[in-house]
Amino acid sequence: MRSRFIPLLMTFIVFLVLYAIAYSRFSSFASMRVVGNLLRDNAYWGIAAIGMTFVILSGGIDLSVGSVIAFTGVFCALMIGRNGWDPIVTFAVILTIGTLFGATMGFLIHRFKIPAFIVTLSGLFLARGMAYVLSTDSIRIDHPFYEQISSLVYIFPDRGRFTFAAAMFLLTLIAGIFLAHFTRFGRNVYAIGGNSDAALLLGVPVGRTTITIYALSSFLATFAGIVLSLSKKSGDSTIAVGLELDVIAAVVIGGTLLTGGVGYVIGTFIAVMTLGTIQTYLTLDGSLTPWWIKIVIGVLLFAFVGLQKLLSRNQGVFKLRQRGAAAPS
Amino acid sequence: MNLEGKEVYSENKRPGNFRMIGPIRGDSRALWTVVALLLILFVDRLISPNFFEIRMVNDRLIGSLINILDNSAPYALLAIGMTLVIATKGIDLSVGAVMAISAAVAVVLIRNYESGATEFFYQPGFVILITIGVGAICGLWNGILVAFMDLQPIIATLILMVAGRGVAQLITGGQSPTFTNDSLAFLGRGVVAGVPFPIFIAIAVLIVVTLLVRRTALGLLIEAVGANDRASHYAGIQSRMIKLFVYVLSGMCAAVAGMIVAGEVKSADPHTAGLFAELDAILAVVIGGTALTGGRFYLALSVVGVLIIQSLLVGLYVSTLHPTTNLVVKAFVVLAVLLLQSPEFRRFITQIFRRTA
Repeated sequence: MRSRFIPLLMTFIVFLVLYAIAYSRFSSFASMRVVGNLLRDNAYWGIAAIGMTFVILSGGIDLSVGSVIAFTGVFCALMIGRNGWDPIVTFAVILTIGTLFGATMGFLIHRFKIPAFIVTLSGLFLARGMAYVLSTDSIRIDHPFYEQISSLVYIFPDRGRFTFAAAMFLLTLIAGIFLAHFTRFGRNVYAIGGNSDAALLLGVPVGRTTITIYALSSFLATFAGIVLSLSKKSGDSTIAVGLELDVIAAVVIGGTLLTGGVGYVIGTFIAVMTLGTIQTYLTLDGSLTPWWIKIVIGVLLFAFVGLQKLLSRNQGVFKLRQRGAAAPS
Repeated sequence: MNLEGKEVYSENKRPGNFRMIGPIRGDSRALWTVVALLLILFVDRLISPNFFEIRMVNDRLIGSLINILDNSAPYALLAIGMTLVIATKGIDLSVGAVMAISAAVAVVLIRNYESGATEFFYQPGFVILITIGVGAICGLWNGILVAFMDLQPIIATLILMVAGRGVAQLITGGQSPTFTNDSLAFLGRGVVAGVPFPIFIAIAVLIVVTLLVRRTALGLLIEAVGANDRASHYAGIQSRMIKLFVYVLSGMCAAVAGMIVAGEVKSADPHTAGLFAELDAILAVVIGGTALTGGRFYLALSVVGVLIIQSLLVGLYVSTLHPTTNLVVKAFVVLAVLLLQSPEFRRFITQIFRRTA
């Protein structure tokens, strides 16, 4: 087995173990009901996490996703719920806005060498601020299209529901895997994350790729906002505060290195499902107070990065030689 | 980092000129930062004609400038700790959570004192010391992860950032306990010679830390570790201990900031105490010209960065703009300040002017 698969394998094993523990306590974890709900409840931030995976693979970071999700929700609610826009038109408009927003951040990062952390932090302020400007109260959406979407559901024999949101999540996952591993863009992302200078010398269009990466992340965050809007049927400017941290944690737990260049989209998916499983378990249990989820995520994060550290230490000659070569940086 | 950025990159990492204190002998970064602050204050003055007015009411100075300083105090403390962390090429995302933890610890302890517990460690003075100790322990945890386990700082401190608020809630039992003790409240709302006490705390910490790092070799060592960890190790610097030190200091600063905030509102809210404080602190440090890539650092300029952010917020507060626009304006101003500082952007602008001329 190749060593770069080990973190991914570990993520998967931890997921299985946690799921088995959950199952031993609540047998409903074996039903499609719980599985369907897991996919549905974690769809929106899972979609954002897939976008974040590309950003982190390239060695960057995007702090704006939570705010972008909130802005999208408020925009949709305002336009569809109050101004009576057609949902499809609204979605097209907001996806364009979101993509341009991300592309602008990518441009600032690449062209003016301002750290991604700071640029996307401004993006966080801007998107959240625009959401507040649009509306500070929660707006309901009553539209036949929304009813239609929520009736689009496949019902399993045990009354488990495979919803539209879950389908979008899986679709994004497949598209993400394809984009990361089977396209030139994906290779460029890995190349930039591995070594930006070397990538440039090899002819990778670093500027264009960087802009595309942040555009993609914001596009998916916007899409996540639409999915959330469809399932909540309302828009609220205070949702998804601090969500970017959960998203980053999921990407890291999924085995993607924050230094860039190493990781898999599927790992992020497994990590999202892992955190979702813990959440569901704590909700079903009820005796555990809600703050434990934060502590558990912290502990998991610690366990994973510790593990990755141990693994990368024992990766043999190749890794050592690589390190030696990278030393005089 | 692409090749064009190489030049700037190495310049940021040069650990020279260790005697420089603040904007006195700085490069153009210092100038731009101070210009930005003056510009914002000037705009504030245009918006509100009596912005610079300071009055004495009930032995207490009142005025927008005093508000700016008062609001800046906790962030200045965070920024001071954060500057040293960033100088070692690190980052401390956990300071907001540490503020919440220390506020929770201080308030829970002081409530015991108020309900008549007589043990010595419930005395307000000891509560403050214990809380600073808790902050130091949080910093120690971060420092061990970064320095001895070689975890990336952003991830190492993310752990405490995520878990910390849970810990704070655990300490308060999910509540937001309130207190009435005047000694603890003094940290946040006390007034000495008409000036709010937090301002004194921030200035004192700034002076002590500046003396500590600039009058000893510590500042040079920190810059060396941030500029090139490996080289500084070969040069005989105990880079691990240096890193441990900066995280512990950052944790202690966060603990004091947490107590100031708890003192202001006489309660500890684990959900909102220090929420997003880490982001504002990092922003202030970057505005102050300390690069996230480590190396040179500017303590006083980081505090100027804090003042920039707070002048902006107080200015927005007195303006007639609807408060919902605050974040939008903040985003644009921050971006403008950062663009102003970016050598690439300045070159870009001069090129445009040259072309049109």
